[in-house]
Amino acid sequence: MALKTEPFVLNLGPVHPSTHGVFRMRATLDGEVVVDIEPVFGYLHRGVEKLTEQRTYTGIIPLTDRLDYIASMSNNLAYVLAVEKLAGIKVPERAEYIRVIMAELQRVAALLIAVGSFLNDCGAYFTPFLYMFRERERIVDLFEMVSGQRLTYNYMRIGGVSQDIPAEFMPALRKFLDMMPRFLDEYDQLLMQNEILLARAKGVGILTREQAINCSASGPVLRASGVKWDIRKADPYSVYDRFEFDIPTGTVGDCYDRYRQRVAEMRQSLRIIKQAMEQMPPGPVKAEVPHLLHPPVGEAYGRIEAPKGELGFYLVSDNSIAPYRCHIRPPSLINLTALRDMIRGWKVADAIIIFGSIDITVGEIDR
Amino acid sequence: MTVALSGKEIATQIEEKFPESVVESSEKAVVVKSDSLLDVAAFLKDTPSLDFDYLNYITAVDYYDHFEVVYMLSSLEHNHSLVIKARCSDRESPALPSVVHLWQGADFQEREIYDLMGIRFEGHPNMKRIFLWEGFPGHPLRKDFM
Amino acid sequence: MAIIDFVINNQIHLQAVPPDWPGGFWWHWLFFTVVIIGFVLTLVMGVIYIERRGMGRMQSRLGPNRTGPFGLLQPVADAVKVLLKENIVPVAADKVVHWLAPVIAFAPALMIFAVIPFQNGALLADLNIGILYVVAISSVTTIGVFMAGWGSSNKYSLLGAMRNVAAVVSYEIPLVLAIVGVVLIAGSLSLNQIVLAQNIPFILLQPLGFLLFFAAGCAEINRSPFDLMEADSEIVAGFHTEYSGMKFAMFYLVEYAEAVAIAAIITTLFLAGWKGPLLPPWLWFIIKVLVVFFAMVWTRTTLPRIRIDQLMAFAWKFLFPLALINLVITAIQVLAWPTALPWITIIINLAIMAILVLIWSKFFFKLGWGRIEV
Repeated sequence: MALKTEPFVLNLGPVHPSTHGVFRMRATLDGEVVVDIEPVFGYLHRGVEKLTEQRTYTGIIPLTDRLDYIASMSNNLAYVLAVEKLAGIKVPERAEYIRVIMAELQRVAALLIAVGSFLNDCGAYFTPFLYMFRERERIVDLFEMVSGQRLTYNYMRIGGVSQDIPAEFMPALRKFLDMMPRFLDEYDQLLMQNEILLARAKGVGILTREQAINCSASGPVLRASGVKWDIRKADPYSVYDRFEFDIPTGTVGDCYDRYRQRVAEMRQSLRIIKQAMEQMPPGPVKAEVPHLLHPPVGEAYGRIEAPKGELGFYLVSDNSIAPYRCHIRPPSLINLTALRDMIRGWKVADAIIIFGSIDITVGEIDR
Repeated sequence: MTVALSGKEIATQIEEKFPESVVESSEKAVVVKSDSLLDVAAFLKDTPSLDFDYLNYITAVDYYDHFEVVYMLSSLEHNHSLVIKARCSDRESPALPSVVHLWQGADFQEREIYDLMGIRFEGHPNMKRIFLWEGFPGHPLRKDFM
Repeated sequence: MAIIDFVINNQIHLQAVPPDWPGGFWWHWLFFTVVIIGFVLTLVMGVIYIERRGMGRMQSRLGPNRTGPFGLLQPVADAVKVLLKENIVPVAADKVVHWLAPVIAFAPALMIFAVIPFQNGALLADLNIGILYVVAISSVTTIGVFMAGWGSSNKYSLLGAMRNVAAVVSYEIPLVLAIVGVVLIAGSLSLNQIVLAQNIPFILLQPLGFLLFFAAGCAEINRSPFDLMEADSEIVAGFHTEYSGMKFAMFYLVEYAEAVAIAAIITTLFLAGWKGPLLPPWLWFIIKVLVVFFAMVWTRTTLPRIRIDQLMAFAWKFLFPLALINLVITAIQVLAWPTALPWITIIINLAIMAILVLIWSKFFFKLGWGRIEV
């Protein structure tokens, strides 16, 4: 005689130690196995897209900081790129190189958090998380030198960057670049072949190549599934076509591949920063842009390869001081499209890990 | 470099296959009629030379007399992209067919457009509000909200 | 009992007979009750401090260092804070079960210490079934945990409690089999006799048994890497989610008291209990317990946690066969050399342990089920 069981609904609620922000998942469980999962968004919806219609083009830059608050420089860059495309503004060389250095440093910092919190979800009780934060502190110190802020930098401007880098920035950056590869090697030694990590993350939450493309995944999630698509190479913006770097890809598309993918991307970012440092010319850091910008009527879509994926801004202008419509393409939200298919059939513990390996920031999902 | 395909050329191709479906076309985008949106989308996805298998984004803009829904498609293989637009003039209950069955990435984005602009997508398996709660009065991103 | 008859009893060279306590049995009992309760509570506080400070240093941050010199009064501050908190009981909870659960969980943790020797003959009751009593009592904690999970009327708690019951039941078996190996060599179930029989610590004679006991012990007490019963990042706090105030303090205490208990059992079984030169025996005992506990903190800080089905697979497919093999090999050795085990057995056992662990982990088991079709 079989026992009668019925599935029950568990709410991995908005306030939870492990859902990277206020994010809610309603899981239907049959014992420990997740039968269905439904993500619920909107706990951090601030109406950013509506707010942009009432601010000047320059005044929107601080708003963009707070989208993906872990990677502010990238958000700024995507937005000013879109405005420059719309208004046809040319950015001076030095500013382009500074932007590249900042964007790549930001990528390393954001990927450190992503990897650290993934390992935290796996249960390594904060130890790798704190080690990653130790490295992130150095990057944040560099950013503080440049912009005076530790989290929401508000550094890029339309036509360049807001101010030139101070004299002590380059030596500090050089020191950081010398130290960082050693730390990445140390983490690899401790974690890459760890039995328990392999048992938890290998083969778990597989996202196949076809599924990834169909679900419009982007960034490390897409590349870990085997698709060699990086906007820095496929559709280069700023001065990325002058640098030499590889695009790592994964094979299977499980959580372990996504973890390895992020670590490999960190190494490539360090390569780019080194080349940018050597090639940077002197000169002005901001083009002459009127204070209240009136771009011509039209529309433009500017996109970058943010640490989370393809971050794009779709701007429609009607020749006034504020945009007519500003739409933000959120990589975190679109990467979550495949969440349900990835999690069904695994257990609660795996649901948390799979969700952590996609790496979201709720500020970007909800805007 | 991703080649942004010329709207005019693609419009001629679409006109050959589906006559009377293109409303207007420019260098940057092709505007199609809302009833033929699904056919055109399937054609763009399945034709080997075009092969638009990746949906970059869907968004909607409120021009006071009509809504315009913008789709950007890319092909990862050929590295080209295209912008398709569809208009709906009904302000009370605008509706468009959903492309979720072609590109699953449209799932949350179409729900977002419904939530914030009010455009329903026919054929979407879960047409519910995504950010705001059920029962929220109005659609905030419309120009006449508040 | 037949095996113990075969093993020659006079292989154990008894040292001085435990002294006859003045005042008779009741004073002995009272003295030791006070000593045990004081010892456990103080050592738990010290152990909490070691854990927080040690974990902090390993994570390249300072642990608590404000309350008192070097943060030594931190556990006291924690205890005071917890006592002053409001006692919240969920409305839908089963009142009696909810109230009784911490008591049932805590009592066995203290009762285990009744049979652990602090010095030669210095224990509350020198039961001649000592270790069997310990195994039996430590299982009662699970009932308390399950009552907590059920009585809280909270799905997270129920999940945590179910996981706990499944894990504890599975890990009892390798635990007991590892103990039986030691008992075979020592020739007695009484913990006092086991310590007396250790001219060389049994960790050298039973390295595989030590590893099995350490792993199974960590799983029994819900410590990392097996702490999914109260996995902070998954099910909030597992079975003690709905507890606050003093009842939460009891569960917190249970966790550390059991850790100290397992460390104490490891010390008596494998590390020669209170034996050691120069220092008084009870001080040696405390030092060894703290060293074992430090090893537990070390594994907690370093390793991620494993999933529930991987936990069960680890117990049944890895620890259990190894425990059986260990038992058979020990039995063969004891039968082959009935009077005294020669030094060569140390090397043989170490080699067997290394080979078995390596081969078994490479070839014979796959952790967990993987994806299930839904």
